[in-house]
Amino acid sequence: MSKYSLDYLDHLESEAIHIFREVAGQFERPALLFSGGKDSITLVQLALKAFRPGKFPFPLVHIDTGHNFPEALAYRDELAKKIGEKLIVRNVEDTIKAKHLTEPKGKFASRNALQTYTLLDTIEEFKFDACIGGARRDEEKARAKERIFSVRDEFGQWDPKLQRPELWNTYNGRINKGENVRVFPISNWTELDVWNYIRREKIELPSIYFSHERDVIDHEGQLVAVSDFIKLDPTDKVLRKKVRYRTVGDMTCTAAVESHASNIDDIISEITATKTSERGETRIDDKVSEAAMEDRKKNGYF
Amino acid sequence: MDLLRFITAGSVDDGKSTLIGRLLYDSKSIMIDQLAAIEKQSKNKEQGEIDLALLTDGLRAEREQGITIDVAYKYFSTPKRKFIIADAPGHIQYTRNMVTGASTADLAIILIDARNGVVEQTRRHSIITSLLNIPHVVVAINKMDLVDYSQDVYNNIVIDYAEVAKSLGLKDVTYIPISAAFGDNIVEKSPKMSWFEGSSLLQFLESVEVEKDINLTNPRFPVQYVIRPQTDDLHDYRGYAGKVISGIYRKGDAITVLPSGQTSTIRAIEHNGKEVDEVFAPQSAILHLEDDIDISRGDVIAKSDDLPKTTQELDVLLCWMDNKPLVTGNKYLLQINSRVVRSVVKEIEYKLDVNTLQKTDATSAVLNDVIKVKIKTASPVPYDSYSELRENGGAILIDETSHVTVGACMIQ
Ligand SMILES: Nc1nc2c(ncn2[C@@H]2O[C@H](COP(=O)(O)OP(=O)(O)OP(=O)(O)O)[C@@H](O)[C@H]2O)c(=O)[nH]1
Ligand SMILES: [Mg+2]
Repeated sequence: MSKYSLDYLDHLESEAIHIFREVAGQFERPALLFSGGKDSITLVQLALKAFRPGKFPFPLVHIDTGHNFPEALAYRDELAKKIGEKLIVRNVEDTIKAKHLTEPKGKFASRNALQTYTLLDTIEEFKFDACIGGARRDEEKARAKERIFSVRDEFGQWDPKLQRPELWNTYNGRINKGENVRVFPISNWTELDVWNYIRREKIELPSIYFSHERDVIDHEGQLVAVSDFIKLDPTDKVLRKKVRYRTVGDMTCTAAVESHASNIDDIISEITATKTSERGETRIDDKVSEAAMEDRKKNGYF
Repeated sequence: MDLLRFITAGSVDDGKSTLIGRLLYDSKSIMIDQLAAIEKQSKNKEQGEIDLALLTDGLRAEREQGITIDVAYKYFSTPKRKFIIADAPGHIQYTRNMVTGASTADLAIILIDARNGVVEQTRRHSIITSLLNIPHVVVAINKMDLVDYSQDVYNNIVIDYAEVAKSLGLKDVTYIPISAAFGDNIVEKSPKMSWFEGSSLLQFLESVEVEKDINLTNPRFPVQYVIRPQTDDLHDYRGYAGKVISGIYRKGDAITVLPSGQTSTIRAIEHNGKEVDEVFAPQSAILHLEDDIDISRGDVIAKSDDLPKTTQELDVLLCWMDNKPLVTGNKYLLQINSRVVRSVVKEIEYKLDVNTLQKTDATSAVLNDVIKVKIKTASPVPYDSYSELRENGGAILIDETSHVTVGACMIQ
């Protein structure tokens, strides 16, 4: 290896920084969609590298379902304060009231689908022309198909059969009025890449990513945290377990994994050895149908 | 650990998706839940075996029709290397999606069905591989199980393809007989083809040298964004943010900004928030210059002793990717890295016949045509010849009314 060869993480990092700067150069009103999860935390780290000592040319935007982990919300507020960037929060709760939306029912009533309404309203409110997100192609098979600059029509819809060609690292962000672009700087990162990067960059994470004790119920082999947002059946047994989260979504649709991994090194060894994918192990909402993600994306979801 | 990006190409049903499924499966990169999902779907099929193509055919329409429509990106690594795979569609209608996947590849695997040999779409994808100047090519002769693992069949296809490779000027071509469905010569060498002396596909992918493909000799730095914090303590800060697409930049280097031609010297370089003495491709960085000169997004900072060409007349090999035809006189936006200029297609010199690989006369082009054109731009464009420096020789054409990307330009 010569002095001028780069590790694969350096390649991925430089690619992501380049994408961030293309967004800054091409759009008038971009936004960074920030969820408080490890992927969007990684995005913030990459944005710092792309724009410091300048300010971010976009605000952080959080679509709050009201079902978030309190630890993730606290982390979100602290991070925005620490880096001194603007944070916009819009609540799904407000959209439900204003638009008379019907809340899904059932044991794990998830607001995941309703989130899209709030997102589209927020895009409209601030006239965002580009929304940067932390989706990765390794997460799910419909995501594996998406461009880095993914054009959405005025209803936020993705048309997987009519994607623009995307050549080299030349990104075409031109759009018609009303359309917007979803931009995915870490498209080519895997779950393990993200963890390795977090370790390398010594990025702090919300505590729920590390092993802790929690009351959970066992739902068809998945451990779901007991919270105000899920309705327990009389037959449910509440168990006290040592768990951590692999992804941070809503409390209603994200499952925990049993783990004693209390630091990054242990987490990386666990993920290297695991035989189950991130979504398969932790997402309750993707099991509904084979094309659940594709359908949600077609409707404007991230 | 280093990184290899490769694409699978070739005609419909030659087994591209199956091959990727096999690579992932045999290298134990498939998770149990993903395997369970495709097993469940495969049960509906006659053979009763798992259909590995389902791993990459992620869209509902793809699974229904059993074909690939758009590129799928998959990731796996071995102790030797990390891989990013683009699984391209073979169907002619979706050629532009294949071009998308191929444009970032270091290596192309072109599959050929051993029963059919070289067909039109094999040639089309080979033309694109050669136009895009993908540094390494593997020709994987697939479905060897259906021809009794015959060495003669393999040899004849190698002879046929060698003709194609020669007329397209493809360098570094490696041939491997495989069965994607049964795993022969994919990860391990197959005992059924002991006559084959080369390495298995994965062994080859792990060992092909790609580091040399990065150009470290001709420094090019397209400016993406100017960082000016304009705060009290950083009042005079002005940093040019971009990526070193080729070459090496050092503090003190004499530079020229193109197309304006202004000159200056590199005063400081920032990489990852720290001052450094040098940066090299493909690192992202911020450059600071000694002089206060006018530089904006789309300008190229080059080293004064090695300048790209600057012109308003470009000779271009063009892949046409729009449903609407290209007619001489049409106006488009031309984007090369971060620079966007107005342009007009002046003249179509010839069209490449996919079957004979001969140049034929043409006045217009339709979807998937490969043509040679002259493009005039409204302002000067700094560029390099694509075949010498692909990072600064590729451009896209954008339709100004639909905003869609309609052409891939390889500047000559
Ligand atoms: N017998 C045999 N069948 C194979 C082999 N490889 C692929 N097939 C079959 O060939 C058919 C097409 O395979 P795919 O992998 O979907 O082909 P593809 O090249 O990805 O097709 P497109 O993406 O639509 O261009 C499937 O039925 C596979 O099971 C092989 O090595 N031997
Ligand atoms: Mg396929």
